[in-house]
Amino acid sequence: MKTAITVKKKNGLALKPALLARPVTPVKKRRLEFGRRWDYAPAPETVPVKIDPRHELFIDGKFTAPRSGQYFDSINPATEAKLCEIARGDGQDVDRAVAAARRAFENVWSRAPGRERGKYLYRVARILQEKARELAVLESMDGGKPIKESRDFDVPMAAAHFFYHAGWADKLEYAFPGRKPRPLGVAGQIIPWNFPLLMAAWKIAPALACGNTVVLKPSKSTSITALRLAQIFQEAGLPDGVLNVVTGDAATGTALYTHPDVNKVAFTGSTEVGKIIARACAGTGKKLTLELGGKAANIILEDAPIDQAIEGVVSGIYFNQGHVCCAGSRLLVQEGIYDTVIHKLRNRIQTLRVGDPLDKNTDVGAINSCAQLEKIRELVRCGQEEGAEVEQSSCALPSKGYWFPPTFLTSVTMSHRVAREEIFGPVLSVMTFRTPEEALERANNTPYGLSAGVWTDKGSKIFKMVGKLRAGVVWANSYNKFDPASPFGGYKESGFGREGGAHGLSAYVQLT
Amino acid sequence: MTTTFASVPTIDQVTVEERAASFTKRSIKTSAKLAGLKMAVSMIDLTTLEGKDTPGRVAYLCRKALQPAEPKYDVPSCAAVCVYPNLVRHARRFLGERSAVKIASVATGFPSGQYPLRTKLEETRRAAGDGAEEIDMVIDRGAFLAGEHRKMFDEIAAVKAACGDSHLKVILETGELVTYDNVRLASQIAMEAGADFIKTSTGKVQPAATMPVTLVMLEAIRDYFFATGLRIGMKPAGGIRTAKQSLAYLVMVKETLGDDWLTPDLFRIGASTLLNDVLMQIAKTADGNYQGADYFSIS
Amino acid sequence: MNALRLDVRKTYKLYIGGNFVRGESGRYLPASSPSGALLDNFCHASRKDLRDAVSAARSACDGWAKKSAYLRGQILYRAAEMLEDRAPAMTEEIARSTGAAPEKARAEVNLAIDRLVYFAGWTDKFAQVFGAVNPVASSHFNFTIPEPTGVVAALAPDEPSLLPLISLAAPAILTGNSAVLVASDKFPLPALTFAEILATSDLPGGVVNILAGKRGELISHLASHNDINAIVNASSAEETHQALQSGTAINLKRYAARKMTAEEWFTDSAENPYWIADTVEFKTAWHPIGL
Repeated sequence: MKTAITVKKKNGLALKPALLARPVTPVKKRRLEFGRRWDYAPAPETVPVKIDPRHELFIDGKFTAPRSGQYFDSINPATEAKLCEIARGDGQDVDRAVAAARRAFENVWSRAPGRERGKYLYRVARILQEKARELAVLESMDGGKPIKESRDFDVPMAAAHFFYHAGWADKLEYAFPGRKPRPLGVAGQIIPWNFPLLMAAWKIAPALACGNTVVLKPSKSTSITALRLAQIFQEAGLPDGVLNVVTGDAATGTALYTHPDVNKVAFTGSTEVGKIIARACAGTGKKLTLELGGKAANIILEDAPIDQAIEGVVSGIYFNQGHVCCAGSRLLVQEGIYDTVIHKLRNRIQTLRVGDPLDKNTDVGAINSCAQLEKIRELVRCGQEEGAEVEQSSCALPSKGYWFPPTFLTSVTMSHRVAREEIFGPVLSVMTFRTPEEALERANNTPYGLSAGVWTDKGSKIFKMVGKLRAGVVWANSYNKFDPASPFGGYKESGFGREGGAHGLSAYVQLT
Repeated sequence: MTTTFASVPTIDQVTVEERAASFTKRSIKTSAKLAGLKMAVSMIDLTTLEGKDTPGRVAYLCRKALQPAEPKYDVPSCAAVCVYPNLVRHARRFLGERSAVKIASVATGFPSGQYPLRTKLEETRRAAGDGAEEIDMVIDRGAFLAGEHRKMFDEIAAVKAACGDSHLKVILETGELVTYDNVRLASQIAMEAGADFIKTSTGKVQPAATMPVTLVMLEAIRDYFFATGLRIGMKPAGGIRTAKQSLAYLVMVKETLGDDWLTPDLFRIGASTLLNDVLMQIAKTADGNYQGADYFSIS
Repeated sequence: MNALRLDVRKTYKLYIGGNFVRGESGRYLPASSPSGALLDNFCHASRKDLRDAVSAARSACDGWAKKSAYLRGQILYRAAEMLEDRAPAMTEEIARSTGAAPEKARAEVNLAIDRLVYFAGWTDKFAQVFGAVNPVASSHFNFTIPEPTGVVAALAPDEPSLLPLISLAAPAILTGNSAVLVASDKFPLPALTFAEILATSDLPGGVVNILAGKRGELISHLASHNDINAIVNASSAEETHQALQSGTAINLKRYAARKMTAEEWFTDSAENPYWIADTVEFKTAWHPIGL
């Protein structure tokens, strides 16, 4: 905060009439009005996309029907309309995929020079960029996220991950001084529904760069772009079996991480499932990395750049409908600026445009699934029962599809469920603190430790807070920033292992 | 009424620039685009600030401001013309006593502000007396940067008094203040000293108006409104040349201050070349074909 | 006169929070030489002693991690000095416990000293070697630093009796972690003697805690303990490995196995700087760059 300076008006008397001549809005009505004079017309993304009515498994370089002959429906969460059918892979399909990956590993990929592996990945990155708009539309249709985000974040970031890791493929020995890195073998990777294409890229790019082959299991509700990525691999001419995609449900995932010929398991998803996988992999010799849940604190100290902090809070919790493991779902505000922050936040969420994910002006899209919507509702209801006050955007919600308005809860205490459990929706729990030490204590008072945010103008305080927060990623005066060069991953029950950066490579090599 | 500049928040450059850029991502189409462009025209302070300005040139400007385009396009007149003090009476003569287009005059030793207060006040009184309904003063950046915030405050307050009934726009010349922190503090001082509008730039210094600097000022206006209930106007000037840019500014105003500010009473754009680009876009929207500069009168 | 003098026998105690304690249960076990002769009794740690050791380690963690890397290096070096000072006694302890030839025992002590010195030197270097400044595309300063994970439990193998204990503890504590070490079931006395040496070094109490007794009794409690951040297991038993690692599912504690033969502990492979990385957390911080 700037040094307060006080200026007495020398000629205050002369000024008064001029000031009083203006209409003064009473305190209670000092809020901003959005939407009356000028509103944006619908601006739908018009790139045509073709979605095959039936999507098969991708095994050994070919799209192939599941042994069981079973398919499930993929639903557009914004309309509840069926998009297509997706193959339900079972244990036998996983066997086929792992066998193909093993053959590709032994015969081709682990023997390929790093430089050649890298060139394949560069090629994939380029094709991703070329197909960016189509992929963005598919991602928004399949997952419900705003086209603005899939277009400006998910897809370019996915391409960036392939670019970044492509360059590592022939430089791995520099990442591990004094050691020789070798690939692990077949990696079984299970990814969530919140960033379907991006998570696939996060997982596949480092695995392949390090010389492993992959069997990828996308989330049941969002398989389309992973399969489109498989097509891109075909188009890029990657050797058969280097990447396999087995779609399906939880049982498919189980078949993958319990498969005896899988050397490495990488999972992103809930802590609950992460623990089950950890137990199953124990003693098997499989290398495991887990990127799990979070309940991140976003801390605003009273000397913060408040308006930017509000932006950080908004992107921290409403980005991707709050379906983000590192979402800043607990807002900790220093008491002296609490009223200011709440007032600003209350006005700010009114500007968020909720609705059609394919409209280029949509800020908050559809909740990914009916089940997730139920979970969010249940937790907010519980928050209310426990005494929290609910503040919501007054935006209109579409009648079809799964929607939840941007919400924050005040009068929340540390023991409320909404302060402890991951909601994974656009719901923020606001709490206060008095001193920086108290903020740290509250921020760290959780079994999770994925991320945290801290807003303050004082350099020394930033470093102190960054150092004391028990979280794998700390955004100081920023939030929800990502980069392929920047390692990402959690402390404590948010999992172990890092993705991205030089550190992410360790998950996919053995050192000799 | 005691005035304090306490709790002027600090500004983070990276985030404020990201936020400003986010407004340019809004897709303004069809009816919203047409309405926005017409609104932009109604908010333009059509400006000429050249040493070679003459009464004749000002007449062109006034005419253009009154009727920017052919009647079939149903375009409103501009908000004001903005001229040097010596040309105010010529503008008044051309526009008449009561005009939809207001007359704004730069003043207080524009553009540098490096003149004695006495002459600044005299200049202000003369311009107002000649018929300027709006005075666009420049702040004493030297005083601000030297830490003499009180001097800056007092000068604005004095000019405000000299304005009489005329509205006061206070030009911060943000390109010379350099940091967003300075812009935010200067905005606060200007508002507390009596500014009806705060304005980014003279147009004589680069950079002039930018989206992030305007955002910082809009946020200062918003906080001043929250604190006092008074609505202060905003005028970015210089550097806004295209219809697309003007729409992005309108989006920014709307999403920062709300629709209440989407009126020429509270938002202006200081510009000259912008007008015809906006008109060409309006014509394109109305007629369906891309336009050429030869079909639009210059001012 | 000498013939009439009776030896004063020592009961080796557990080392918890910088204190030597008899153990909550009061149980003890006899340590015997390979030939079957009774050497001395030692305290037999219970699950409650484990609980106390973890709690002592937790209390010690913050203060230890807060010390400068330079100071932690000096303290570890001081531990090496103390071990060198007590080398003859330690040699004798190893020899009588394990039946090793005195030269072999002395070689183990020497290597243990050198290994402590080696890891002492890493305290102010691992962050440079394992940390990074990351060139992100946006205008942010982005760096990754290793931080201690917290409380590390380490299980020593049955043999050698001293060297693995040090090779497991040093890379864990040099970063600022505190450790709960479970000594060899078979040859616990050298570990407990090492505790006495640590107690006279400058290592703050609680940074290293040493338990002895029957490892099998502690495994499930170690695995399930919610306040242990990482387990490093050098026990060769497959079922121990399985039990400890599945315990990580309780609270996602980190797990590292050190599968080494007794001979391998004498080689460079037991002086592995990458072991440091097994018990750190990598924190990545972002900050905008602007005016």
